[in-house]
Amino acid sequence: MDLLSFGKTGWGDELFYATLMTIAVAVTAMLIGFLFSLIFTPLKLSNNKFLNFIGNTYTTVIRGVPELLVIYLFFFGGSGAIMYVASIFGYFEYIEINAFITGSVAIGIISGAYSTEVFRGAIQSIDKGQFEAAKVLGVSKFVQFYKIILPQMLRLAIPNLSNVWQITLKDTSLISVTGLVEIMRQSYIAAGSTRDPLFFYCFAAVLYLMLTFLSMKLINRLEVKYSRGF
Amino acid sequence: MDFDLMITSLPKLLSAAVITLKLLSASLIIGLFIGFLFAVLRLNKNPFINKFAYGYSYLFRGTPLLVQIFIIYYGLGQIEWLRSTFLWVILKEPYWCAIIAFALNTGAYTSEILRSAFQTIKPGIIEAGKSLGISSKIILYKIQIPVAIRQSLPAYGNEIILMMKGTSLASTVTLMDITGVAKHIVSTTYKPLEVFLLAGGIYLFMTFIIHNLIKYLEKKYSFQ
Repeated sequence: MDLLSFGKTGWGDELFYATLMTIAVAVTAMLIGFLFSLIFTPLKLSNNKFLNFIGNTYTTVIRGVPELLVIYLFFFGGSGAIMYVASIFGYFEYIEINAFITGSVAIGIISGAYSTEVFRGAIQSIDKGQFEAAKVLGVSKFVQFYKIILPQMLRLAIPNLSNVWQITLKDTSLISVTGLVEIMRQSYIAAGSTRDPLFFYCFAAVLYLMLTFLSMKLINRLEVKYSRGF
Repeated sequence: MDFDLMITSLPKLLSAAVITLKLLSASLIIGLFIGFLFAVLRLNKNPFINKFAYGYSYLFRGTPLLVQIFIIYYGLGQIEWLRSTFLWVILKEPYWCAIIAFALNTGAYTSEILRSAFQTIKPGIIEAGKSLGISSKIILYKIQIPVAIRQSLPAYGNEIILMMKGTSLASTVTLMDITGVAKHIVSTTYKPLEVFLLAGGIYLFMTFIIHNLIKYLEKKYSFQ
């Protein structure tokens, strides 16, 4: 247990902060994913063939390519792409993007593809009559979305969103390849300096299990809250 | 965009795709056995066996695949007595470590898919079989298993695609699969965009093939 003590001799405090980093990346990525699904869900549901194509391309491509490759592309290609854009505006200095931002955006884009599918499915399974009734009652589009569609959609979407959250949480482990010190990276460092990889990787697994377990408990409470009245 | 580089890297990436496919097929075959075994254990009435199978699937579905590979590849080598057994012949090879990790991982997901397929079989079908005087063994082999397989096809198709994407993690334990080769080319040419996009294209093509294959099977075995 000495290995896990807090302070200079143990890895307890380092792993604690690494766990916070994992949570931070996962939450940021999930929120970025929501932003993406806010853009792409309407595209996927659109009647316009071109918009539809863009929406479908996003979800198909991202869900068909390994997460690790997307992260590599962002990490190694991201600063190059930004420098290229900057050079158009006459800025030629080296730009390095923060590993936290690159990682969260990369995982966020992946998470967004999954949540887009969830939202699309949830909206499509709302009874057509609900839309028609809102129209007949002369409810504005805005109120229709916030008061009629959104509450019903959330109830349907939450169980599947909890799956997306689990995927996102586990995907954050891949960011360790960029050097961002989250659970996986910290365990790698600790395993290297103590030559005890078995212990530290098993402990990392326990940390991930704890995170998934706790978040499931939390999501179950949300689920109960949003299914009231049904 | 450096198209020349893309053309010269294509054959290298395609030959790496063979490794990806080998990893994928080996882990899927072993994973299917594990999945079947644990699905049966999950449906067992004995609470101890039941809990054990649940624990297995919870453990492997609740932790990232990367941790699982690292535990098997870096962690197990640390156990002294393991190094003196015949298992060490397997565990010192990154190739087999990756396959073991992938197989255990996909086995956990497969067991969940099969379990839910078995549980959602309409009891009426089994009762019909019983009332026709068919033995319970034949009911299992000729009715329950085929129906369960058909029902689990769409979910299993997703699992194959997820596993194919998962094989990219083999590159973290020094294996030269598509991702590993792509990373190697990038480290010598410093052209990440071209190479990673090309590698992504190959993965996407494989996803497309698997997706259509499963769709075809679903159609072929659909209940009319």
